[in-house]
Amino acid sequence: MSDRLNINKTYKLYIGGKFPRTESGRAYTIEDSKGNTLCHMSRASRKDFREAIVACQSAIKGWANRTAFNRSQILYRIAEMLEGRKAQFVDELISTGATKGSATKEVELSIDRLVYFAGWADKYTQVFGSVNPVATSHFNFSTPESMGLIAIMAPDEHPLLGLVSNLAPCIVGGNTCVILASEVNPFIAISFAEVLNSSDVPGGVVNILTGFKSELYKHFGTHMNVNAIICCADNKDQIINMQENAALNVKRFILRNKVNWMSDAGQDPYFIMDTQEIKTAWHPIGI
Amino acid sequence: MSKKEKVLDKKSKKAIEDIAMNGSINNSRKLNFDTSWQYAPAPESTDHFKLKKKYDLFINGKFVKPTDGKYYKTINPATTETLAEIAYGTDKDVDKAVKAARKAYNEVWSKLPRKEIAKYIYRIARLLQERSREFAVVETLNGGKPIRESRDIDIPLAAAHFFYNAGWADKLHYAFPGKSPQPLGVAGQVIPWNFPLLMAAWKIAPALATGNTVVIKPAETTPLTALLLAEVIQEAGLPDGVVNIVTGFGDTGAAIVNHPDVNKVAFTGSTKVGKIIQKALAGTEKKYTLELGGKAANIIFEDAPIDQAIEGVINGIFFNQGHVCCAGSRLLVQESVFKTVIKKLQDRIENLIVGDPMDKNTDIGAINSKMQLDKIKEYYEIGKSEGASSFQSSCNLPKKGFFFRPTLFWDVAQSHRVVQEEIFGPVLTIQTFRTVQEAIDKANNTAYGLSGGVWTDKGSKIFNVVNKIRAGVLWANTYNKFDPTSPFGGYKESGLGREGGLHGLTPYLKM
Repeated sequence: MSDRLNINKTYKLYIGGKFPRTESGRAYTIEDSKGNTLCHMSRASRKDFREAIVACQSAIKGWANRTAFNRSQILYRIAEMLEGRKAQFVDELISTGATKGSATKEVELSIDRLVYFAGWADKYTQVFGSVNPVATSHFNFSTPESMGLIAIMAPDEHPLLGLVSNLAPCIVGGNTCVILASEVNPFIAISFAEVLNSSDVPGGVVNILTGFKSELYKHFGTHMNVNAIICCADNKDQIINMQENAALNVKRFILRNKVNWMSDAGQDPYFIMDTQEIKTAWHPIGI
Repeated sequence: MSKKEKVLDKKSKKAIEDIAMNGSINNSRKLNFDTSWQYAPAPESTDHFKLKKKYDLFINGKFVKPTDGKYYKTINPATTETLAEIAYGTDKDVDKAVKAARKAYNEVWSKLPRKEIAKYIYRIARLLQERSREFAVVETLNGGKPIRESRDIDIPLAAAHFFYNAGWADKLHYAFPGKSPQPLGVAGQVIPWNFPLLMAAWKIAPALATGNTVVIKPAETTPLTALLLAEVIQEAGLPDGVVNIVTGFGDTGAAIVNHPDVNKVAFTGSTKVGKIIQKALAGTEKKYTLELGGKAANIIFEDAPIDQAIEGVINGIFFNQGHVCCAGSRLLVQESVFKTVIKKLQDRIENLIVGDPMDKNTDIGAINSKMQLDKIKEYYEIGKSEGASSFQSSCNLPKKGFFFRPTLFWDVAQSHRVVQEEIFGPVLTIQTFRTVQEAIDKANNTAYGLSGGVWTDKGSKIFNVVNKIRAGVLWANTYNKFDPTSPFGGYKESGLGREGGLHGLTPYLKM
């Protein structure tokens, strides 16, 4: 043991490309399996959620207008940054009780999954779009287009891989998102925000909150600027409440609470399509 | 000479004088059809078929009486005469229908070779084509839409939807790379009154092609063509219970949506009801698609082919009396061509023939119901009280039936209710803009996002605007075109999911 005192990290939120503390000033404690305090997390409030939506909103146009090639490179860049910090994330996962083997596997899968979705950026419109042979003299085509602003309730298990598997297909398609991190192991999500912040991902495209699902789930459903909710949580009452409130502005509700994120089912190009709209355009053919 | 003709004659004399004096009216020539082209009545005949006096529910391959024994009258909105009595299905009938659909799914439909499913659906398409004239006439009698539209659009398109989807039945694995798509089970469907048969086709055809069985409720005011379709389905020899048609009112539809053994809900109708349905489905495992309201912007740029644009705008809002969820009900005109556009629109509206839907010359038929007519009238008053300038055709309206004159509102603000809310009638609001960005901002300033139109001869501008309008269907230099291969459906509060085309299969499948 050296005499040197460790510098412990202050975990804050990630909103609009910055790391603010929660406006509420509240914190909650994360303990390791032995009951020792690991760290304190910012406990985000409704106002933080709304601030994150504002950040999302201001980033939407710029992000959706990036070329597919550019988005592809930015996702790949996230993978590069994560690869460089692999050891840190493995250690963090171990501190939450994971074995070295499973922690390493989760980090490696997360990196590979980012690369996988990076590759889809300039392909999914080709695979999932269509030129439609209408029976009149028109040129007609359908293309996937970003849905807009997505609120994601990340899974509790696999705090890094679960986060990455939901975030990547969402932003690769030109959406921006607000993510409520794993409630049990939230600090890894904030460390991942540091990766995002050094990966050319424009501020506001991904916003990460930490806090209590039981406090924040209502706002997922009721906020009128949210276009879709991706829910990886299990609480039936919370799910029903979000689904009911989704009807306020016809939010799309995507339930992903049965996916095994460590398996191949966790990387599906149809996840991209969950947060895409299909736009069809017509033009006459003639003189 | 009738009184109206005299008035018009005076008008046209004045127009001729104007041309002699100024060489033109408002820098554009006016086509004056009124005095030179008189149309003789050309009513479609009805002697080639006979409606039944009473229609029962179609459950498990048979026409059966409603459990409660209740019937209601369905009328011709153009004359208010009763056409037939229709069974009022209750939750008990819906339960019977769902049970029949479940049995048919479990025992027959899910076990059939896919190519056989295709052949059944092809049969429906062919029988519809054979009986197309009867279907067109009944559609017009029951719904009030001009016979020209039901004959040339509704019925042929409905048949085409069956024909198109039929072919998918044994090719689904090609449509979803990397997946093996499976049917969901029983689809519960609720459809509106604006395109009664066409909406039934939009719903039933993809549901069957993907291997599901169906319980469907037609709109209360327009059940007849769906019941004729039941006859076609019977004649096509579809196994009992594969398609069940339960007529009735809102509570009948609610019984379908809420039935615990329905796996998928498909609804087309108002955003208000759509939201109720979405909320009701919370906590269930049911998949759903909602095709809801709209308030589409139709944008004319100064470099547009103006005469074509005028025709497109007229078709965009007055097609089917404006009872179209994707109607181009908000016209946005670039300021420099506003005067020309509004003059030409008024001239064109004066020449639209409003009246007997059964007449082949009629452009605008009857409003579908008294309720809808009252709603349109209310919006007309709202528009005027909000301070808008307005113009209505001076045409005579039939004394009986539900009719409304084609109407323009301008001098309206984005916040006006007639600009924000869906009227679902022949009422067009007109706003101006200066820049492309302003047009896009105004077009997107609505909770809806179903459709939109762009008129310009500049290709790059088309792609720019089409990309930036948040809506599911964009028509450039055309409007209100539909095809079974072309996906349809909205962004935002205009609904979710797509109908038609390859993308219209997704909501009926689990991957």
